[in-house]
Amino acid sequence: MPKLSSPMPSVTDDEVAVDPADYARAEINASLKPKQKIGFLREMIRIRRFEQTSLKYYNQGMMGGFLHLYIGQEAVAVGTVSLMGKNDHVITAYRDHGHALAVGMGMNECMAELFGKATGCSRGKGGSMHYFAPDKNYWGGHGIVGGQTPLGLGLAYGLKYKGLKGCALCFLGDGAVNQGAYHESLNLAALWKLPVVYIIENNKYSMGTTLERSSAMRNCLAERADGYGIVWDIANGEDLYEVRAKTANAMRRAHEQSLPTVLELDTYRYYGHSVADANYKKYRSPEEIERYKTHHDPIILWRKRLQDEGVLTEAEAEAIDEAAKDEADAAAQFAMDSEFPAPETIFEDVYWEVDNKTEGGSTGRHFFSE
Amino acid sequence: MPLITYRKALNDALAEEIIRDENVVIIGEEVAQYNGAYKVTEGLWQRFGDKRVVDAPISEAGFIGMGIGASMLGVRPVMELMFWSFAYVAWDQIINNAGQVRFMSGGLINCPIVIRGPANGGTSVGATHSHTPENFIANTPGLKVVCPATAYDAKGLMKAAIRDNDPVCVMENTLLYGESWEVPEEEYVIPLGVADIKREGTDVSLIAHGRAVITALKAAEILAAEHDISAEVLDLRSIRPLDEEAILNTVRKTHRAVLVDENKPFCGVSAQIAATIQEKAFDELDAPVQRVCSLDAPAIYSPALENLQLPTVARIIEKVLHIR
Repeated sequence: MPKLSSPMPSVTDDEVAVDPADYARAEINASLKPKQKIGFLREMIRIRRFEQTSLKYYNQGMMGGFLHLYIGQEAVAVGTVSLMGKNDHVITAYRDHGHALAVGMGMNECMAELFGKATGCSRGKGGSMHYFAPDKNYWGGHGIVGGQTPLGLGLAYGLKYKGLKGCALCFLGDGAVNQGAYHESLNLAALWKLPVVYIIENNKYSMGTTLERSSAMRNCLAERADGYGIVWDIANGEDLYEVRAKTANAMRRAHEQSLPTVLELDTYRYYGHSVADANYKKYRSPEEIERYKTHHDPIILWRKRLQDEGVLTEAEAEAIDEAAKDEADAAAQFAMDSEFPAPETIFEDVYWEVDNKTEGGSTGRHFFSE
Repeated sequence: MPLITYRKALNDALAEEIIRDENVVIIGEEVAQYNGAYKVTEGLWQRFGDKRVVDAPISEAGFIGMGIGASMLGVRPVMELMFWSFAYVAWDQIINNAGQVRFMSGGLINCPIVIRGPANGGTSVGATHSHTPENFIANTPGLKVVCPATAYDAKGLMKAAIRDNDPVCVMENTLLYGESWEVPEEEYVIPLGVADIKREGTDVSLIAHGRAVITALKAAEILAAEHDISAEVLDLRSIRPLDEEAILNTVRKTHRAVLVDENKPFCGVSAQIAATIQEKAFDELDAPVQRVCSLDAPAIYSPALENLQLPTVARIIEKVLHIR
């Protein structure tokens, strides 16, 4: 057996502009104003309160299907999305609530979607796994593991084709790295020098399967990018400063050199793969979950950090939390008060040409139900 | 009117659309420097360069999915599959992403993408390369699928497909690429969902699509010459959207229908057409609807047998005589 070396990220020295122990001093973070830092806390807390509220109603049987909670991973979505400019785009998998709220989607439309209501962001047609907001450069919300990875590549291709200086942030889980579509995408990204950043949110378990039982390469997952000549890096996904510093490097590479990056962010989900995952305390110990909640919670860590920096008081933090709870409760009320979609809307949003009543949408029969 | 090949008609359609719309880009295996595995894209790379005609590695899931993602941003990719049989490795991208994203986003996103290539048997390449997946695509609301039978239709439908704002699958036929038809020099577009009567008749309707139209036309000639039967040949051209009115009209006219296609019979296109006819024109029928499809087994290699597995003129005539 060849000896496994410890992972050596392929970034160059000049990109690590700071002491790895303190990403707060990275340029992208040193320039942050207190208001922005508090804003990140607010976004993370909003995501958590939104999901806790959605869980409450899911458990009351108010929603269908699956609910893949992002709780524990909030620093990843908030840290990465905070770097987005006008021509930067996001696409992710089915654990998509965090990214959706981070890009600015409203709690009301997101909650109503979970309740299957007409006021939902996808008019009740997509559900938890399929949030979209192209006006906010947010392209979903995709249900098939790894299926979004070629789409993210396509966003990058589109940007390059149109001569826009932007990038696609394509999120995937640790399970998705074993899908073929991802590997085809990596080769194409490197071959065609496309500005895509693949962000692996490694929450340690692809449903109930550990990395040790799913990956032939044990050190880390980003390392596989070596096989495609793509620069890769790993980062602690619980630390917002580190997430931002390392994502900023990757985005700069995309913007300035039109090159892809694979960035693996170490994170953890407190709940199961979905709420329907009955074994989530069997394939890992309750003690492990408690250890993460106590010592690695991104919100607790960030809140403490801001208090240590003297930019946030205990009272302000509590007020943010209360406001987020109220907002989530109001969103649930909005969702409950909303109407279900009208039956005829089933035939809407299938074909653009039909919806827009064009000539092409009126020649021939498009639907075959009586 | 000049006679041009089915291949050249497609090539002209692609070239004209590349010129017309700066967002049109052709991507596929061997489409650029090799000039196309079946030469459909011949000369386009030399004319339009690297940006508009792009050679992809053998990664159908990757590059088809990439095209779908790019189309969401307003690029209009025309993706070549060397064979539609290779679509299955990209099936998740085509069905789940191109086919469902508009609906699942409540209409916020659309995918103006074309996926094109040959989908036919009859070339002795075995079952893996001889699929006709038009029924699978047609079974997916959100996708459109057309199967041109002539050069004229191939050009007009391709141009409509590229201009359409929904994902359109164009299924061509390698056995037709070298055949010639009259094609006007002036520009024209054939709307999706409009069938075409390829031969007028009064006694029986042969309803077909793709190369089966050509087979049906040959059968119609023999029926007229040897059996004094006037067969009408209706070319569906587009499977979804489907020109249901044209189907019902020809049945109302002849009162007999024989459905001919190279698709498999079970849950194939002809099954849908038969259901439509019995639902909406039952009283017009003087005989049960008959079908002539590919024989219901994987496509056989052996050239002698494969020609029998596909719809033959003899099988069509036999079915017509059975219900005359």
